[in-house]
Amino acid sequence: MSAADPDFNIRYVADLARLELTEEEMATFEPQLQAILGYMKKLDEIDVDAIEPTAHANPVFNVTRPDTPRPSLTPEEALRNAPKAAKDQFIVAKVIE
Amino acid sequence: MSLATHTIAELRRLLDAKEVEAKDIIDSVLDAAEKQDDRIGGYLSWDREKAYADAAQAPEGPLQGIPIAIKDLINVKGHPCGCASKILTNYVAPYDATSIVNLREAGGIPLGRANMDEFAMGSSNENSGIKPAHNPWDLERIPGGSSGGSAAVVAANEAIAALGSDTGGSIRQPAAFCGCVGLKPSYGRVSRFGLTAYASSLDQIGPLTKTVEDAAILLGAISGSDPNDSTCLDESVPDYRGSLEGSIAGKKLGLPKEYFTEGIDPAIRSAVEAAAKQFESLGAEIVDVSMPHTEQAMGVYYIIATAEASANLARFDGVRYGHRSPEASNLAEQYAKSRAEGFGHEVKLRILLGTYVLSSGYYDAYYLRAQKLRTLIRQDFTNAFEQVDALLTPVSPAPPFKIGEKASDPLAMYLADIYTTSANLAGICGLSLPCGFMTPKDGAREVPIGMQLLGAPFAESTILQLGHHYEQATDWHTKQPALG
Repeated sequence: MSAADPDFNIRYVADLARLELTEEEMATFEPQLQAILGYMKKLDEIDVDAIEPTAHANPVFNVTRPDTPRPSLTPEEALRNAPKAAKDQFIVAKVIE
Repeated sequence: MSLATHTIAELRRLLDAKEVEAKDIIDSVLDAAEKQDDRIGGYLSWDREKAYADAAQAPEGPLQGIPIAIKDLINVKGHPCGCASKILTNYVAPYDATSIVNLREAGGIPLGRANMDEFAMGSSNENSGIKPAHNPWDLERIPGGSSGGSAAVVAANEAIAALGSDTGGSIRQPAAFCGCVGLKPSYGRVSRFGLTAYASSLDQIGPLTKTVEDAAILLGAISGSDPNDSTCLDESVPDYRGSLEGSIAGKKLGLPKEYFTEGIDPAIRSAVEAAAKQFESLGAEIVDVSMPHTEQAMGVYYIIATAEASANLARFDGVRYGHRSPEASNLAEQYAKSRAEGFGHEVKLRILLGTYVLSSGYYDAYYLRAQKLRTLIRQDFTNAFEQVDALLTPVSPAPPFKIGEKASDPLAMYLADIYTTSANLAGICGLSLPCGFMTPKDGAREVPIGMQLLGAPFAESTILQLGHHYEQATDWHTKQPALG
């Protein structure tokens, strides 16, 4: 099939998304995504230059509440689902060489 | 007749008259699930003992003694909350979502984890990372999605009612396919604190029930502002149930012409047109309206929803919860491998699409353009609701398809969301309820047809009242699937 969006580079996008894809997956995703992006061309039919964007259906701004301390999860509760934890902390792979 | 077939309103009378106890209802519902759910796949798990314990502590209220099935992405403290994803295997919710706090305060008992499309991404429940769910009316067919399990357990009388979530039709479409009532509340009506986010500018929690009256009761219980969700508006919660009986004479009901184009199955079109006639005989006035940007809604939805999803699902990195790949040698690999091993195909597809439309160089062409078109779609509804009290439309252009039929064609699947995504983009409310039955061309069994009533933001009372009057005048909602 012809690429709806020739700029679309699945390896680059997968890297941005922090997703390791197999060659087989890439071969499946690529045409599916091209078909979807092809459909999105329909959106180019309408001139939107003078239109303001909408981010939320009911825009509300600066909703605040008093910044007072209140009970939260205990360390045990917060770590209950951790893949690896010790000494009240999450353990992760080494980041600094 | 089993207690599990009853509505919340009927059980309220039986409970108040002390003819039944909460335990009887829990047993009735879970006995049905134990007997038949291996064929339906509506539940991922349930815990009878926890439900008994919750029932013993439930305060007085409209839901006291009533068990409610919960979609597997709403946190209930101490229960699994896996979002039907392998990446969250063994995850146990550390707190109650606000909708669950409200449900408990009304006396309700959270019971059972309802199956769904993984992270609510899908319209068929085939994307569940655990198992597919089946339509109780025809087990070969999908129950719809993403709240497919919630709809299936209500339709199959394995639940009295359920909570689902709706990002682009995920309550309304499975309700239509399974022959139950589904309500997507207005954006900001129900708190999403404790709901695993898919697309934060679109998601809403809402009820799936056997009648419109039950939807009104359940909505009243879960609604209201929440200091933990700043998008949940500080609007008073009206007596939804009390306002059901008010007259609908003179109410104006709009039929948007763009919702009745050639793509729709003739049986669905004629069922919705017959419903319009029924509304006329009940005293409502039918008005033709136009929503010119309807055709753009599906594309706009899939750009905005996937963009937001790509950001929301970044939290699944194998650090604080969820699957962590044992193969990784550094942090970057830990992210990429954990996510690759944990997410299913459709979730990866949507993350990739969302990442792309937000990426440098493409943001304006896709995401910003979609946000601008969202303004036009919202204006269509604002204009329509200046002329009419509510809109009447189909829910889906086609009946539920057979499981596996569209598995390799995501775009074909997305196109079937044409009538439901606009409501989320505009933030309005929508009610799906049964309006007929049909036998699909490729089948022998009848499946339900649903119609949709769309109301202005925070006009839930209007669509519930219209739906209630229609339901009182028809008997579609009393039909039961033959499960044997």
